[in-house]
Amino acid sequence: MRRLPTWLMLAAAASYAFLYLPLIIVVVYSFNDSRLNAEWVGFTLDWYRALLADEEMLIAARNSLLIALVSSCVATLLGTLAGLGMHRWRPAWLPLLVITPVAMPEILLGVSLLVFFIQLMHLTLGFLSVVLAHITFSIGFVAIVVRARLAGMDESIFEAALDLGATPWQSFRLVTFPLILPAVVAGFLMAFTLSLDDFVITFFTAGVGVSTLPLQIYSMIKIAVTPEVNAVSTLLMLLTLLLVILASRLDKGFMKGSA
Amino acid sequence: MPLLEIRRVTRRFGAFEAVKEVSFGVEAGEFFTLLGPSGCGKTTLLRMIAGFDLPDAGQILLDGKDLAHTPAERRPVHTVFQNFALFPHLTVAKNVAFPLRMAGLADAEIRRRTAEALDMVHLGELAEHYPNEISGGQKQRVALARGLVNRPRLLLLDEPLGALDLKLREEMQMELIKLQREVGITFVFVTHAQNEALALSHRIAVMNAGRVVQLDAPSRIYGFPASRFVADFIGNCNLLEAEVRAVEAGRLRLHVAGLGEIVAPAAADIQSGERGLLALRPEQVRIAAEADPGWANRFPGEVRDFLYVGDVTTYQVLLDNGYTLQALMPNAAPGRARFHETGDRVMVGWPAEAGHYVRD
Amino acid sequence: MSATDRDHRATGRSTDQATRWAVLSPPTLFLLAFFLAPALIMVLASFQYPGEFGGLAPLTDQGDGKEYGLTLENLAFFFSDWLFAEIFARSFSVAAASTLICLILAYPVAWLIAQSPKRHRDLLVLLVILPFASNFLIRVYAWMIILGPQAALARTINGLLATLGLEPVSLLFSPIAVLVGMVYVHLPFMILPLYTNLEKHDPVLLDAAQDLGANAWQRFWRVTWPLSLPGVFSGAALVFIPVLGMFAIPDLLGGTRDMLIGNLIKDQFLGVRDWPFGAALSIMLTLAVLSLAGLAAWLSKPRRRAT
Repeated sequence: MRRLPTWLMLAAAASYAFLYLPLIIVVVYSFNDSRLNAEWVGFTLDWYRALLADEEMLIAARNSLLIALVSSCVATLLGTLAGLGMHRWRPAWLPLLVITPVAMPEILLGVSLLVFFIQLMHLTLGFLSVVLAHITFSIGFVAIVVRARLAGMDESIFEAALDLGATPWQSFRLVTFPLILPAVVAGFLMAFTLSLDDFVITFFTAGVGVSTLPLQIYSMIKIAVTPEVNAVSTLLMLLTLLLVILASRLDKGFMKGSA
Repeated sequence: MPLLEIRRVTRRFGAFEAVKEVSFGVEAGEFFTLLGPSGCGKTTLLRMIAGFDLPDAGQILLDGKDLAHTPAERRPVHTVFQNFALFPHLTVAKNVAFPLRMAGLADAEIRRRTAEALDMVHLGELAEHYPNEISGGQKQRVALARGLVNRPRLLLLDEPLGALDLKLREEMQMELIKLQREVGITFVFVTHAQNEALALSHRIAVMNAGRVVQLDAPSRIYGFPASRFVADFIGNCNLLEAEVRAVEAGRLRLHVAGLGEIVAPAAADIQSGERGLLALRPEQVRIAAEADPGWANRFPGEVRDFLYVGDVTTYQVLLDNGYTLQALMPNAAPGRARFHETGDRVMVGWPAEAGHYVRD
Repeated sequence: MSATDRDHRATGRSTDQATRWAVLSPPTLFLLAFFLAPALIMVLASFQYPGEFGGLAPLTDQGDGKEYGLTLENLAFFFSDWLFAEIFARSFSVAAASTLICLILAYPVAWLIAQSPKRHRDLLVLLVILPFASNFLIRVYAWMIILGPQAALARTINGLLATLGLEPVSLLFSPIAVLVGMVYVHLPFMILPLYTNLEKHDPVLLDAAQDLGANAWQRFWRVTWPLSLPGVFSGAALVFIPVLGMFAIPDLLGGTRDMLIGNLIKDQFLGVRDWPFGAALSIMLTLAVLSLAGLAAWLSKPRRRAT
């Protein structure tokens, strides 16, 4: 094993610090007994109390969870089918259709859905439009994770199932599905997290009909910065942290799929 | 003064001693081989010579100068790696030019010498190809050209033929010998294949468990193994436990339990009464229906099994005392492949000058 | 093959067709409806007139004397004002600068992870992913705190400037703040593909280079770097493309003069409500992104023989 030069270790340590320091500051100031995020005054839980009393924030949180749940369930179903289909039949057009919404700058999907919903579907923007938009970008992530899982498996086990007398449906139910289940669950958690976190696409497709946590946070930090934002950020970080750890435990391909 | 001198070199990994107090010298122009089973320390030793690893004790000297403080890139020593380690992003020509470029030569000089080196290994035509576009044998030649192009004092070859198939390996063996003779550069070759070592080398150092157990010319290693390990590792060998009964002029009288007396050629410093092994090569053992009068040693037995491999057949003969001897017979007579069948009663024997007594 | 085998295969083929449709059509139809159709509508919209109260003007004559049908005016408008070209140019330079800084920060990290013992690698990768799993607005907000005028950083710098007799500066709402935010948010996208590439390098190649006389710098520059280019290009694409379309970071961290393509597009749809022009801008951004993605894919393809 080659020894790494000291300067390289220091540079890498600096990059890690750059990744973490800002988030630590957000968390620390959420317990700070001062309206200004400028210096440490003393410990308090006031900002968490304020958060729990904030009606709009609670409604936004409920909306976020509901949207994330519905959209990730549908996206998991469609994404799993897409992942299975891409692996089994390798259609040339499907990967393009599945990956492009993920690869393009989010704003493009956001504004095109805005025009589509209003101009063509004459839909009032709100819960439904946000859910449909979230499904659109989540399918790709689920499909990638499921396909990665299938690609990592030995083809001959499926042939063995058929060889041993299973019908294609039995072979799917008894062999394929149990094997891809961890990837499906990881894909679901990923879709859930992405939906919960999404700001840009929600920003264009929510209209005035519905507010989510990221939209609420955006308007708070755009107008006035109060440590209540730190408190909600800390809680949200905790939640996504749990989801990410859960997903990565379930499926090793999760990390690669997200990259 | 030898070109390369290894002086009491030791290398430990934790509690494990990979190389133990190894000493030897390699002369300029020599084709020198480190031979041994995997894990014997030969590759560790090679890496220390190349400069990828440092000894825990002892010295490695090149032209009389200690290399301890010379990093790998400044040693006039190049390596041909096991899987060739060609740079996948560089063409054949650029791979070969790499060491010249590192040495900071002028472009014209680099071009001239690269072309020369490629001609030497007959690869001029493939200069602009990438490594993934050429065959295993061609990769091998590129690796050789790259290692030789700026004339190192020493070329180290780490099992370079291991990745090739049998036929190609034999071809490359011939070519290696020719190439080494032409360029006159000292080769230190590492292998676990004894036939390769015997075919290629001027001298062989047989290594086992971190030590050099015998250092000699190939024919001496094969004919006069110094230990049970060497006798067993190099080629096939019948090993008979024996006690020295008498030392006569040019002869040893040995006693083998259950067989009786055996006459063997003498070796230096053998004392009557000591115990050892008689190493007997299968091709020295003869079998026939009737004993030949030239056989100083002869025993009756039964053919138990034989292995026909085309040019020769190896017979397993069970002696009446329970020993099994291997005998090798060339299938020289046209159309005849079997001289004896399983179950045949035969006489087994060998002349007094066959066999080699090994102190155990 | 026996006759029954052949029969089995024949029926198998038609079942297979049915399964294929059952599996592929739901995701395909959904994405055709909610990805491809909106994209096509955007193309059409970019050639339409704006509606009177936002939205799009009709394609056919409504007999009310108002504009209808298709036009090239949106494109003409884009080229009529240098401001738009300037915003595009600024967006590209911000994207290029962010990509470069991300590359410089990411390379040591990716290298460190790739060179670490196998048992530590998963943890080190997870440590890169974790901060990027927290909401993107929170990560931007963190920099609003750090760069804010009351924070220690700004006070220290302005204190120094004051002793030198210089005017105080604002760290927040500046191009620097935008750049810091862009780099911070996108850094993991550069680290991960780089690591995936570097992890696959055969360490023997570095031994070989050293053996042939290459020093540490030459080993990096002649072996590691060229071999890592596919990772560099895919990382660059993953940073450059989202930065190009970003509006929230300039919105929150930038000043009024730091407007990028994303902000311009957002304004057309939610501010001045000129949808056709917004659509035209989106199409141009799409074309820019597609050509960049094509370039990255072409650059990261394995090298072929020169002849």
